[in-house]
Amino acid sequence: MAIAKRKFDAVIVGAGGAGMRAALQLSEAGLKVAVLSKVFPTRSHTVAAQGGIAAALGNVTEDNWHWHMYDTVKGSDYLGDQDAIEFMCRQASEVVYELEHFGMPFDRLENGKIYQRPFGGQSQNFGGAQATRSCAAADRTGHAMLHTLYQRNVQANTQFFVEWMGLDLIRDEEGDVCGITALDIETGEVMVLQARATLFATGGAARIFSASTNAFINTGDGLGMAARAGIPLEDMEFWQFHPTGVYGVGVLISEAVRGEGGYLLNKDGERFMERYAPHAKDLASRDVVSRALTMEIKEGRGCGRDGDHLLLKLDHLGADVIKTRLPGIREIAMKFANADPIHDPIPVVPTAHYMMGGIPTNFYGQVVAPYKTGPEEVVQGLYAAGECACVSVHGANRLGTNSLLDILVFGRAAASQMVEDLKKSPHHKQLPANAVDNALARLARLDGQKDGESVAQVSDAMRRTMQAHCGVFRFADMLKQGVIKIGEVAERARHTEIRDKSRVFNTARVEALELDNLIEVAIATMVSAEARTESRGAHARDDFPQRDDDKWLKHTLYFREDRHLDYKPVRLKPLTVESFPPSARTY
Amino acid sequence: MRELERARWRCRRGLLELDVILQRFVDEHYARLDEAELRQFETLLNLSDSDLWDMIVQKEADDESSQSVLRLLRTVRQ
Repeated sequence: MAIAKRKFDAVIVGAGGAGMRAALQLSEAGLKVAVLSKVFPTRSHTVAAQGGIAAALGNVTEDNWHWHMYDTVKGSDYLGDQDAIEFMCRQASEVVYELEHFGMPFDRLENGKIYQRPFGGQSQNFGGAQATRSCAAADRTGHAMLHTLYQRNVQANTQFFVEWMGLDLIRDEEGDVCGITALDIETGEVMVLQARATLFATGGAARIFSASTNAFINTGDGLGMAARAGIPLEDMEFWQFHPTGVYGVGVLISEAVRGEGGYLLNKDGERFMERYAPHAKDLASRDVVSRALTMEIKEGRGCGRDGDHLLLKLDHLGADVIKTRLPGIREIAMKFANADPIHDPIPVVPTAHYMMGGIPTNFYGQVVAPYKTGPEEVVQGLYAAGECACVSVHGANRLGTNSLLDILVFGRAAASQMVEDLKKSPHHKQLPANAVDNALARLARLDGQKDGESVAQVSDAMRRTMQAHCGVFRFADMLKQGVIKIGEVAERARHTEIRDKSRVFNTARVEALELDNLIEVAIATMVSAEARTESRGAHARDDFPQRDDDKWLKHTLYFREDRHLDYKPVRLKPLTVESFPPSARTY
Repeated sequence: MRELERARWRCRRGLLELDVILQRFVDEHYARLDEAELRQFETLLNLSDSDLWDMIVQKEADDESSQSVLRLLRTVRQ
């Protein structure tokens, strides 16, 4: 079969905030850029980000990038790389002003400056009073960012391939990346997109869990492609859970409910958070509340027929407060839990929200792996930015409003590096003879499969396994069994069968290909979590409740081949300032 | 010409809330939509996520041309 081929200077997979910020930089530099997206760019998951963008502008209260850096290092439970964190926090103001210049409709103060609001985890003066650091556009910051960047990209002649899915990386014999193979979802056609530089900006992958706040598109396509091409995945054991996702659906119930006085109950009607956090109670930090919910369920105090969720009670706030201050929450409860919070509590469970790990990069966005001589060798031609990348600025736990900052800073940094690298390599490398073999083999397997299971069945088994064995709170025996079980599910994923073999808008085929990516993320997560015998940030183990800096102040690297692990040191030395040495993380 | 499959893919959104509601809508109602309603649905799918979600949860500000499909969308429950 002849496969069509097109040449670009740069190919970007993913059109969320990171991909579009990078694309803009590259197009404005006069390069020929293709951006692939499974959905229309403004429907990327960045749209779900409401909180804002962290930047120490100091428009409301005094602020300083160095304080922001401290908060981020501490929030990461000291697993974040301090050079990358300094890089990000120093550039924050600049990328926010740049976005303002692009036309982003930020909320304003009376003096015309960008309005800023306080957010959890952000402090003044290295752990002092609450900082006011989040720049927002009402509760639609992500939406406004996507629209702003999309408009600018259209003006800059970025070429979008909408409803296209990346299939596999093309690496030559030297290991250099020469582009990707991709699927046009509308026609079913496979194409080679040859590029001198390829950027993955494919977002998160929390769809590996049953309870997930992520949209259906978040299937870790970049991670799957990287893993299959021999690139390790870093710190995959670290997933942030939000304590209150609607039971059975995952849709988020914001902290605002507990802020207004709502509280959690177990099946005995007990306000159990009083036992876990006597002072902060229901307003304790996300990881503390998530762990408490998990303990209640595990100890048999969960609600419902299966005892597998808790209840969030609001009715005591009264109909007026609920209708005026929490109207959006009431709609969500009625739609997704069939409960009107004026009368009934909302069933909730801890829900996977954000992936701290990802494809290992340096703070220039270059993908780095220990595949030649050094521990962080640059993979020529490949870059990653945003949630799919592990720079690592979030370490073991991400702070709210740092993810929109991450995608702006590192989308831009990766693009700048690509522009520089392209000057040094003006010609496309020759494609290897086997460029399309991996992708075509996967498609051929799927088309020819007989007597296989459905994708839905295997996906469900994967999500249940991850939820039960590798959730908020982790137990040695469950993890050990989990490694075996997820291996079995992966074997089943290699034999999925789709009934619909047609080409046009074959969503069944796309979902099978997405499962190929999800399963790589799931195995990496389980294996990495089983090995890390400490509790740090979002990784909480029953048998090792303490952080162990002597043994575990290091990044995990998972390799798909043989499913083995390696480790690399945390970069504790910042660029210009003193290092923040690990200390107890208390708030 | 595989309009159902096309619509199903366009129901993949950036917001999980919409993924859930739209998928259920397609499963339950799509087959019974008439020509005019199919066009209304198409128009709604072209809205941005935040605008579409607001239209589904807010009771006012109806776009006349999209009313019957919008009314149906508002009845969808998980």
